[in-house]
Amino acid sequence: MAIFGTALLALCTLLGVALGEALGMALHVKANVGGVGLAMLLLMAARAWLARRGWLTAQLRLGIEFWAALYIPIVVAMAAQQNVVAALEGGPMVVLAGISTVALCFTLVALLSRLGRRGDD
Amino acid sequence: MTEIAGKLIADQSLLIALALVGALMGASVVVSRLLSRGRIHASAIAILAALALAWWGGVLTGGKKGLADLPAFAGLALLGGAMLRDFAIVSTAFEVDAAEARKAGLLGAFALLLGTVVPFAVGVGMAWSFGYRDAVSLATLGAGAVTYIVGPVTGAALGASSPVMALSIATGVLKAVLVMVFTPLCARLMGLDNPRSAMVFGGLAGTVSGVAGGLAATDPRLVPYGALTATFHTGLGCLLCPSLLFLALSALV
Repeated sequence: MAIFGTALLALCTLLGVALGEALGMALHVKANVGGVGLAMLLLMAARAWLARRGWLTAQLRLGIEFWAALYIPIVVAMAAQQNVVAALEGGPMVVLAGISTVALCFTLVALLSRLGRRGDD
Repeated sequence: MTEIAGKLIADQSLLIALALVGALMGASVVVSRLLSRGRIHASAIAILAALALAWWGGVLTGGKKGLADLPAFAGLALLGGAMLRDFAIVSTAFEVDAAEARKAGLLGAFALLLGTVVPFAVGVGMAWSFGYRDAVSLATLGAGAVTYIVGPVTGAALGASSPVMALSIATGVLKAVLVMVFTPLCARLMGLDNPRSAMVFGGLAGTVSGVAGGLAATDPRLVPYGALTATFHTGLGCLLCPSLLFLALSALV
């Protein structure tokens, strides 16, 4: 049944977020530390376990893949509720800090991703 | 007529949001085909259009949630809120190649560390050149350049003033918006075409919303890899900015 997949996804997300909150408390940080990433690792582990047992049915997959397919529309909805006005009205310091940060980070991505590839060859 | 509309708005907000996003995606597919012969990804156009609508909603209502502040589109706050966003991001991990993710693990962690320290330094430098001299304000503004959550968390922890907090949040939101808009345009320059570089990108660019939007518009297959590192970004920033980086900064000023 498809709901098994969706329920598994919900369970992994809830567990991951709870672990992220616990990690945040343990580190005395007022934020969720890596909750989504931990949830992703849980889901990957659950998938491998189900596949080994032969329980990875098409219906179960559907319950998860439907949400993966809705990912972009959800991101579009997320973009539609950003505080764009505040982002643009912050004044020259905000604009300069934002632009130079993004430019520098993008440059570093270009360097690091090429560095990584060379090490691989 | 208005009564029916009022009832729909009050009771069916999530469905209105789904229909609206669907229409926006549909229009974006047409625009992508007509104006760029499909070269600019339809999802990139949809995200840009959504940001423009968010700006319009903000101007119209004076609120903080973009288009979702208009009562008719309040369902967007649920559809695009943190709960469903995280749920959908986790679901993409179902297709992740575990071996690929493990290979890039160390490089991703290195990118994550750089992605915290570099924006912090840039933010501090910019604040310094605009006349801020106290370590608390400098650290809060630097933290804002990491993500829009790290900024206020750091500011609250250090006791920064409210205008500084507002500027710090604005820097983070602008960064997220810039990442969403410019990732598809700079994807080739960044070599953003494989899981490894997507993990580096997630660590360096940070902000789950920026990375999620930017990668979705570039190549949806890369989303889970970017999200895997980006999700640690805010946590690491909240950990380092008010502590280690603030102490280093106060030793300097």
